[in-house]
Amino acid sequence: MDVPVLKQGPYLIATVQSALTDADLAQLRRTLVEQVGRYRSRGLIVDVTAVDVLDSFACRTLRDIAHMTGFRGAETVIVGIHADLAFAMVQLGLSLEGVATALDLEEGLAYLNRKQRAAKAAAPGLRPPAGKSPTRDRRGH
Amino acid sequence: MAISEHIPIKADTDVLAARQKGRALGLQAGFASIDITLLATAISELARNILLYAREGEIELRLLHEGGRRGVMVVASDQGPGIADIERALQDGFSTSGGLGLGLPGVKRLMDSFEIRSLPGQGTVVTAVKWELR
Repeated sequence: MDVPVLKQGPYLIATVQSALTDADLAQLRRTLVEQVGRYRSRGLIVDVTAVDVLDSFACRTLRDIAHMTGFRGAETVIVGIHADLAFAMVQLGLSLEGVATALDLEEGLAYLNRKQRAAKAAAPGLRPPAGKSPTRDRRGH
Repeated sequence: MAISEHIPIKADTDVLAARQKGRALGLQAGFASIDITLLATAISELARNILLYAREGEIELRLLHEGGRRGVMVVASDQGPGIADIERALQDGFSTSGGLGLGLPGVKRLMDSFEIRSLPGQGTVVTAVKWELR
């Protein structure tokens, strides 16, 4: 089962649309880590609204995705963990260990926008705007 | 009338199949949606343990009727290496496979009853039941 990944400005949005096997989860991790580089994304939203179960492996893969893309300069937000899943995860003793979460897609986007504004205010001009890489500009001369 | 299903666990797709069958059985037993999620999560974790530690095994799911109450029994069995120190395996944070299988204490909390039998070299049988809420 492929997970569609949408590029939305400086962000990537991955919407998990059904239950995923371990192989699907591992594929998603590879895809996202690669695409964050290809699209020079600053943020990544993984929407798990349609996921039936988040067990230890799924939870660990989400953490891995957040940490790996974090090493590549993108912040990950997990959105759409519904109440039943949250309860099951706590009973099972699972944790997302510092990975940002938001209620839904809208809140997730708002979170990333706040982060982007804060980063820009703290270090203006540190990174070029997404989509315009310095190398591409130079090649244009 | 006993409804029982045996799901062989040999690959990651079987983990998915087992928890989806568990979900269907929970629905049949009249479980609330939260309890179906707890049951499916427990089944997923037990099936994962089979793959991880024994490579293959079986999940049996059975619909129970007892005193007008319905429940789902999960029997996860394998002929893997077994667990030498069961008491330790039931402590939070214990895992022998690099931190992947939090497993057993969590599964115990997800279900209403939980029993484990294991002999080193002979395998492991976990029996757990979830009852409908009354």
